[in-house]
Parts: sequence; C-alpha cells; structure tokens
Amino acid sequence: MAKQHITFKLNGKQIETLVEPRELLVHTLRENLSLTGTHIGCESSHCGVCTVDMNGQSVKSCTVLAVQADNAELKTVEGLAEADGLHEVQKAFIEEHGLQCGFCTTGMMMRAYRFLQENPNPSEEEIRWGMSGNLCRCTGYQNIIKAVQTAAKNLQAAEKSVEHV
Amino acid sequence: MGEAIDKKDREAALQGMGCSRKRKEDARFVQGTGRYTDDIKLPGMLHADMVRSPYAHARIKSINKDEALALPGVIAVLTAEDLKPLSLHWMPTLAGDVQAVLADEKVHFQYQEVAVVIAEDRYIAADAVDLVQVEYEELPPLIDPHKALAPDAPILREDLVGKMEGAHSVRKHDNHIFNWQAGEKEATARVFQHADVVVSQDMYYHRVHPCPLETCGSVASFDKVNGHLTVYLTSQAPHVVRTVVSMLSGIPESKVRIVSPDIGGGFGNKVGIYPGYVCAIVASIVLGVPVKWVEDRMENLSTTAFARDYHMTGEIAADKDGRIKALRVNVLADHGAFDACADPSKFPAGLMHICTGSYDVPVAHVNVDGVYTNKAPGGVAYRCSFRVTEAVYVIERTMDVLAQKLNIDKAEIRRRNFVRPEQFPYDTCLGWQLDSGDYHTALDKVLYAVDYRALRKEQEEKRARGELMGIGLVTFTEIVGAGPSRNCDILGVGMFDSAEIRVHPTGSVMARMGTITQGQGHQTTYAQIIASELGIASDDISIEEGDTDTAPYGLGTYGSRSTPVGGAATAVAARKIKAKAKKIAAHLLEVSENDLDWDVDRFKVKGVPGQEKTMKEIAWAAYNDVPEGMEPGLEAVDYYDPPNFTYPYGVYLCVVDIDKDTGETSVRRFYALDDCGTRINPMIIEGQIHGGLNEGFAVAMGQELPFDKQGNLLGNTLMDYFVPTFVETPHWETDYTVTPSPHHPIGAKGVAESPHVGSIPCFTSAIVDAFAHLGVTHMDMPHNAYRVWQQIQELGITE
Repeated sequence: MAKQHITFKLNGKQIETLVEPRELLVHTLRENLSLTGTHIGCESSHCGVCTVDMNGQSVKSCTVLAVQADNAELKTVEGLAEADGLHEVQKAFIEEHGLQCGFCTTGMMMRAYRFLQENPNPSEEEIRWGMSGNLCRCTGYQNIIKAVQTAAKNLQAAEKSVEHV
Repeated sequence: MGEAIDKKDREAALQGMGCSRKRKEDARFVQGTGRYTDDIKLPGMLHADMVRSPYAHARIKSINKDEALALPGVIAVLTAEDLKPLSLHWMPTLAGDVQAVLADEKVHFQYQEVAVVIAEDRYIAADAVDLVQVEYEELPPLIDPHKALAPDAPILREDLVGKMEGAHSVRKHDNHIFNWQAGEKEATARVFQHADVVVSQDMYYHRVHPCPLETCGSVASFDKVNGHLTVYLTSQAPHVVRTVVSMLSGIPESKVRIVSPDIGGGFGNKVGIYPGYVCAIVASIVLGVPVKWVEDRMENLSTTAFARDYHMTGEIAADKDGRIKALRVNVLADHGAFDACADPSKFPAGLMHICTGSYDVPVAHVNVDGVYTNKAPGGVAYRCSFRVTEAVYVIERTMDVLAQKLNIDKAEIRRRNFVRPEQFPYDTCLGWQLDSGDYHTALDKVLYAVDYRALRKEQEEKRARGELMGIGLVTFTEIVGAGPSRNCDILGVGMFDSAEIRVHPTGSVMARMGTITQGQGHQTTYAQIIASELGIASDDISIEEGDTDTAPYGLGTYGSRSTPVGGAATAVAARKIKAKAKKIAAHLLEVSENDLDWDVDRFKVKGVPGQEKTMKEIAWAAYNDVPEGMEPGLEAVDYYDPPNFTYPYGVYLCVVDIDKDTGETSVRRFYALDDCGTRINPMIIEGQIHGGLNEGFAVAMGQELPFDKQGNLLGNTLMDYFVPTFVETPHWETDYTVTPSPHHPIGAKGVAESPHVGSIPCFTSAIVDAFAHLGVTHMDMPHNAYRVWQQIQELGITE
C-alpha cells in the first residue's frame, strides 16, 4: 500500500511522517513515534485509554486514521506537563489517589484536561457524564471525580492569580 | 513533653504504617512513562497473531498456509503439526490437566487458537490470519453442563478417553473432570432429616471475565548465541512462569528471565499461562528474533480466563429460631474444554469450603463436580481468593432465604448465627481456622450508620404504595493469603512468598519481593512496613518486583496474598535486620543488648539520656565497625510460609430503588464496612475498596459471557460486555473496624478482594429484597434492567 505523507503538530513540535492509509493514529503515535503513554484497550472506541487531544477535542486515537490527523494539532500525555512541572490535572490525580494500575490514567487525564476547558467548574454529575467515555477498572471512579474537582479548583485559582497579576 | 513531641515528629517523618502516604508509582504513570508489555519494542521484533476457530466443536480437516506465507512480510505460520516435534503443541495446566497450545486435530471452543502467524508488523500479521484456510468438520457441541454426563453426550476430550483416573479423583464419565467433597456427608444428611426447618435454593453464578483494561501479552526474546530466554509478559506470577517455561522448553531456569513490567490491571486474568505466550516463546526460539504477541479485546474476553460458572444449590437445616444446624452445598462446575483453573493443586474447587461464612455451623458437606464443555478454559479467581466469591455468594444467599422462610429480619438471623468474639480462633466444621473477628460490632456499626430501622420503615411505606425498594445485607468472611505450604502449592511449589532487604551504608534501602503489583501500590506500602520496622524513612526505601533475575522467588500477587504473605516476609526480613542492628548498636555503645530500648528509629541505652545510635549510624557501622566475629553488611532475606490463612470480613448494606416500568435499578446507597486487620495505608485501602465494589457492581448488574446452543459466544466486545462507566457507578461509602490477625507479624489480613466478594451477594440481596414481600426468594445475576423487568412481568405488578 502506498504510504501517505502527513504532517501535524504534536505536543508543540512539528512532525512529518509516512503512514499507511489504513494506519490508526494510536499506532502512529506508539509504534512510529515511540510515544507509548497513549495506550490501547479495546480498539473499538469504548474504553478511552487511547484518548488524545486533536484540534481542541478529545478523540479516541484507536478509531482515528493517522491520515485524518494531517495538519492537525495534537496533544498526548507526554505533552501535558509544562516547563515548570506537572499539569494541575496530573498533580490532582496523584493528590486524590485517582489512579491505581495507571493504564487508563493517561487517557483519563487527557479527557479531564479537555473537559475542564469545556466546563471549568463542573458539578459531580457533570463530571460523571463528561468523563463517561473513559473506563477505569481499578478505582471505582470516586477518586477520579475528586481529582477532577481538585484540578478544577486549582486551575481556576491559578487563572485568578494570573488575572490578578 | 518535649520528648513525646520529638518522638511523634520522628514517627511522622518515617511515613510508616498507618499513614496515607501518597503513591510512589504515580509519578511515572501520570507522565505516560509507565512501561507495559505492549510498550516494549526490541530490535528486529516480529509480531504474532492468532488464527482462531469459528466453531465450538469441530474436527480440523486441513490447514492451508500457502496464501498467508505468500504475503510479503509474513515470516512463518505455525500449527500444532509444527509444534509437535518440540512436544509443545500441548502444555500442562495449573490444575493437573493439559491444554492444546494450538488445536491438535480438533477444536474444543469457539476462538480456540488454531495457528499462529508471525509477521513483520501487526497489520501484516492480521492480514495473514485471514489468508490461512482451515477446513473444519463440525461436531455436535456440548454447551449445557447439566448434559455433560449424560450417556449420549458428545465426548469432548478424545485425548482422555478411557483415562478414568483424573488429577483429583476418579472420573465417572469422559466429560467428567473431578468430584471433590469436604465435610461429613452422612452426619449432615441426618441433621437435615430431623431439622425444624430446611431451605434449599438453586442459583447460577454466571460466567464472567475479569476484563482488565490492558489485555494479556508477551514479548519473547531468545538469544541463540548464549541460550538465554527473556520474556516480558503480563503475569501476576512471574516466578511460576519461569519454572513452567523452563520445564516446558528444557532451558535451565538460570537462563530464563521473566519480567512482569507494569501491569494494566490483573484481577485474576493474568495468573494463567496462555497459548499466546507459548507461541511467542516458541517462535522466538525457532526464529532467533524477538516476537511480540498481544491479544485484542475480543480475544481477551473470548479465550483468556473466564471466572465463576458455578451452578450451585445451597441448603440450610435450622431450628425454629433460625439457628443453623447444618449446611449442604452442591455444585456443578463448568470448566470449559480444558481444566485450567488457577487453584492451589490440592483444591480443584479452590477454597469453596469457606462457605460456612461468618457463622457457627455445626456440620456441613460440600460436593463439587467439575465437567468439560465446549467453552474456553479458565476458572480464575476474578478479584477474589480461589472460589471464595462463589462460597460467599451461596452462604449469604441461602441465609437470606432462611430469614425469609422464618420471617426473621436478615440482620437478626445473621447476628444469631455469628461466630462470637470469644470463639476465635474458631475451627470451622470444614477444616479452616478463622483467625480473628468481631462480627457483632461490625454489624451494629453499619446498622447504626445507615439507620436500618428507618430504612425498613420507609420500605414498608413504599411497599404499601406499590413501589419497589430493596435493602441488601451481607456479612461475609473471606479466606485469603494462600497459603500454608502444608496445604497449598502450585505445581508442587509451596505458596510461600519472599522479601529481600538491603540496607546501604548511608542508611537507604533497596528491597525486592516475590509478589508483583498491578495497581495495589506495593512500591508505596511495602516501604511503609519497612519504615515502621526499621525506623528508616519510607522515601529512602526503594521497592522492586517482577524481574525474576533480581527478585527472590515468590508465588505472585492474586488471592489477596501480597500483604498476608509478602507483607509478612517483608516484616520478618526487616526484623532480622533489626536484630543484627541491635547487636551492632550494643557493640558501638559498649553495653549489652539487654540494656537497649528501641525508640522509633534508634536504639537507646536504658536510663542514660543521649546514649543512643540511630539506624543511619548503625547502617554505616555495619560496613566498617561490627562486633568481632560478625559478618559485615546489613541485609536479610525471608521466605515466609504462613501458619494459617487470614480471614478478612465485612458488613455491606445496599439500598436500591427499582423502576416498575423499565426494570431499571438505581443504587441509592452502598455502605461498606471492612475489617482487614492492621491498616497499612488508609488511602490505598479505600481506593482498593472503591475499585472492588465497582467490579462487584459490574458482575452483579451486567457482566456476562453468554453462549448460544452452538457455543457461539454472544458478548465479547465492550459493546456487550458490561464495564460500568462513571454514570452507572454508584457513590461508595466506606467504613472500618480493626481486628488484627493474631498470627500475622503485623496483624494485616489483605483487603482488595473483600469488596468484590462481599458486594456481589449484597446487590442480589437488595434486588431480591425489593420483591421479597411478593414471595420471591432468589433472582439469578446479572440483574440488568431486562431481567428485572421480566421478574416484574412474571409477578404481574406493572401499573
């Protein structure tokens, strides 16, 4: 199969690569680019462990073709932390014990990262619905909800302090 | 006063047992730098994919590989014929049976492995799977285990025809695997004959799957030059895998290295040894390059490790006041096509004979028959100790039925039958010794917390209005921490576990264990145990597991055995170090050991303030100033063979409201009180309980592996197989009491499985309770809306 040339911005860096037309984005990330923080759990969009951010939306990279990401802006868990340390979402997951085996965590955090931009001050009910595309087998979700709440609070506080300055 | 504060500060600084220390493993997981099996990429690595059977029972007439082999990028296609010269087309199972690695002349279940394709990448391998042509001759399938022992039943295992001596008992039919019994049959029958009251309830504990989000997989790498085999794989028991791989391949154990890297959830799925692992290993040995095999979700749900599938009857004989006089349990166990249950060798039905539960039962009898059917093998302990979920389900359900029959409240009937605090250690009539417990206190605490009386009153009012509200109650006792080597082994290896601790000269520590974490947080909690024992800050203690080249031999993590066995080994190894440290301290302080007192992180000379040596100072001295005749260094190994199992317990209460129009159940409240003995890290315990409750909720309310009459598996994607999302999952309330285990070095019992074991019958109890006033005594799981709706229709109670 003739390979396609695609280009996208990944975690702030411009990437050019050749992919098969049928290649899934998750395989491009994991196999070609060796970014294994994005995981594979079902290959059918159900579990969400492969969630990445594409053009300002959460997508499940196991059901996105790599060619669909041509010219896109992508963010994966590897790009979540900032120069001055972990992102508030990452810190909150540690603080609230929002992870156990870690396998769903990267996709879960990428969804939380986007969700909190869609809804910066969510209720528990809104978190439950807004995060419902991501499955977890270990935590029973309760501490993930707490983590999202804590991240929301800290992100808002950080924003306020920026405004203040 | 000042001294007390100083002592408290020093204690707090250690972050030892009892504190909610943040997890040390999280830093890598939140950055995406965890390393799971599928993340491993070795130079020149090839990919394996499986050709699987579309039929449940069929004869293989021919396999044509030509088209597949012609596809560019395909390196090899292997079938049973290719593995035969190596004698690797069959492999032993943990249960004393054999299992086909690749189908040998016949397929025995749908999705069985028929051939393995090895190719340059996973896309080509998947393409080639479709090009392998297999011609089958369909055979009549055996799906219903109740028909397995009929004279005219189709015979499944032609390799066993006529072999009537099975691994565990005489076989009474070619489809029979074993009969196993515990207790006193005649004595029990006599009590039943003369009892005031007898209840009997049939129940089916359906076939489910642990479904961790990471599927199973392996990367095998055989070095043809030096003969070393390295295998990365998703295993809850890497050392056992090493022993089995060595036995199968003939490679000395010293040249086999098994690495369990980070594991994306196990829940029992990753205890067994699967054909895919063996195929990757064989392919790597044959081809001399690394080979990766990772199953997809459908393969995971269809082939590796089902759980449960017990058809049970629970019977209780009691007096008029509801006091149990005898218990009888009968089980027909559907083991699928190969007996690959992961139980200690002597127990083909696991620890099913813990089914006397929390109750003082004078006499009992348990009978289990295992049979073959055309379904996938497995029978793993899905977030429980071996068959303990089944045992707890049968006793708790049957207790409810007894309460209903006698019109006694289900809390009251349990209270009347509890083993009393003064009876511990309590010898059950089926041969276990419950180590410790205070069931009455736990029950009272829960009933008070939820205001049980008010709930019952509310229910009465709702019933009068025709509404459906149910209250579930379970008072369970588990048996975990397998186990004493006198009665527990796997393939002949005793079920001890191990810890090796090394204190470095500057006072920091490296420790390695034979267990392997899969989310339980071992890297955090083992360090807390060592911190409290040795007075070294847990942040200065590194924990490593999962690499058989470096970790001491252990039986792995499942059946809640890490804390009861590995945790005990850790404490005992630390105490060996402390004993040596004391000798060194006495030498340094020029006093006798008897003159020394331990104080958090140092030895002090009794009655001489300021005369003391901290562990840090002692560690340094261990490498340059030890008493004459003592060998230098400060390290210890312990292989801990537990004197008994541990018996965590809990009281769970659940309140549900059921919609009469749709059959939908809303879990209004779930209150879980657990007693796991000494608590090492309350934050982690709570997290484990939330997770276990959620997995219990999944099993009770929706998970199911159903088959049609031809043996087609009807639900093997996450579209069908229920994994609760944030939305369905209830809010969990947790509580605890602390009754330490008297025989465990730190009194801990293990916790992660209790919530799964205890919550499942609690959901059933709640749902049945919603219909109990209408004469319903039992409803089989899963309690999805359709099944509950059917019950409503059957009762004719629609509006």
